[in-house]
Amino acid sequence: MERVYLDYAATTPVRHEVFEAMKPYLNEAFGNPSTLYSYGEEARDAMEEARRDVAALVNSTSGDIVFTSGGTEANNLAIKGAALALQGTGNHVITSAVEHHSVLGPCHSLERQGFEITYLPVDCYGRVDPDDVKKAIKGKTVLITIMHANNEVGTIQPLAHIAKIARENNVYFHTDAIQSQGHIHVNVEELDVDLLSMSAHKIYGPKGIGALYVRKDVKVTPLLDGGEQEGSYRAGTENMPGIVGFGTAARLIKNETGADAARLSKLRDYLIARLHDSIPDIYLNGHPSDRLPGNVNISIDFVEGDSVCLDLDLEGICAATGSACTTSSIEPSHVLLAMGRNKELAHGSLRLSMGKWTKKDELDRVAEALPGIVYRLREISPLYK
Amino acid sequence: MAGRFSEYSEKVLAYFKNPRNVGVIKDAGGEGFIGDPTRGVTMELYLKIDEGIILDARFKASGCGATIAATSLITELIKGKTPEEALFITEKDISDALDLSERKQYVAELGRELIEAAVNDYRSKKT
Repeated sequence: MERVYLDYAATTPVRHEVFEAMKPYLNEAFGNPSTLYSYGEEARDAMEEARRDVAALVNSTSGDIVFTSGGTEANNLAIKGAALALQGTGNHVITSAVEHHSVLGPCHSLERQGFEITYLPVDCYGRVDPDDVKKAIKGKTVLITIMHANNEVGTIQPLAHIAKIARENNVYFHTDAIQSQGHIHVNVEELDVDLLSMSAHKIYGPKGIGALYVRKDVKVTPLLDGGEQEGSYRAGTENMPGIVGFGTAARLIKNETGADAARLSKLRDYLIARLHDSIPDIYLNGHPSDRLPGNVNISIDFVEGDSVCLDLDLEGICAATGSACTTSSIEPSHVLLAMGRNKELAHGSLRLSMGKWTKKDELDRVAEALPGIVYRLREISPLYK
Repeated sequence: MAGRFSEYSEKVLAYFKNPRNVGVIKDAGGEGFIGDPTRGVTMELYLKIDEGIILDARFKASGCGATIAATSLITELIKGKTPEEALFITEKDISDALDLSERKQYVAELGRELIEAAVNDYRSKKT
């Protein structure tokens, strides 16, 4: 059975060109970029080239890019780093209820250290209202962190409006752009952000490498102390294969973003329409048009998302649900609850995320398999009368 | 995200894929309802009891694969037993029969409560 992969929002395969570019840095070009001899120089050159490519993807300059171990570290460095650097001037941070755990986690951590965090509500599409941001700002607000596009429902936030408010109030503005970078247009100048998190493995690069864009003169306290790598923002010998892979992935996707987005948006709308036609009582989660090109997220009434994903897996289709199994129950998605979905519908969520190699016939396979799966599970479900 | 389907044994997958005894019994001699749809787990058990013997058992369930598998398994374990004997089915019996993972032990626990609820309902109806 040919597998159908529809979880590109979780991770993507490393593309061939990226894999080839990385290989030498695992053996023959093994040098440490901090060393002075030729091996080091070779690594240093490759690292700076990669930094330029990563910077170009978000229209920044290479001097503003700090490589990290991934998106989670980039978010931690931005949020905890900025908050700690500014704690002499204030201790209030504004974020939203629908952020990724790698943003909510650092916020919770700051709360335990005495910071006050405002978790802004969202509308039924998952969007933050810029007016709410404005109202939440206090004299002691030091940072606003709002994601660019949501990882579960794909909704794109009105970032430029929020950035303007941040600028007017002289507050740092960070965005987690891990789901949007490379998939839609991302430009640090147009968005006017101070800090922006990136990750390689969402754009056909390797896992274990990410980056934080830090606007010139923005203060961030490092999380890792040690050597002077990455302008002293992040100590530790650089992950050379990862950095080279990230740079190559960024360079390649920069020229493909427009065409990929156009193709995937069409496929996305095609799949949504087919599912609506063939399955009763399903609801699209997220904004109908202001959403990531490759994201489909639906709530299927009367069934649990986990069982839908298991059934799809048995048919060779990889998909995700927003519910998370714990040792005593299944927890519904915090994003869907914040959007006002009731718990039952939040439990029945299914995310199908597409990417570069998604073909229409794969979506047809899903559209043919899913109605039967839903029918079967509803026949078993006591919630379906 | 949920995932981790590899934790499901062949037995869980077999019951999930081909659940036995799905349905409800009208005017059942004993009925059990356990769980909470807002927590993603709901189990219903219906027993047909004649001359003190469970002649038929049907179920409905919603939740993860293990929840559906365990509820179906219970209908098989319970058939042919007296309600009193059914109470001797333990969490471990359910867990062992399905090779449930550590993380899914709560499903066996709920299954045990489901049997108890159905038998208690039978007893209350009898008196």
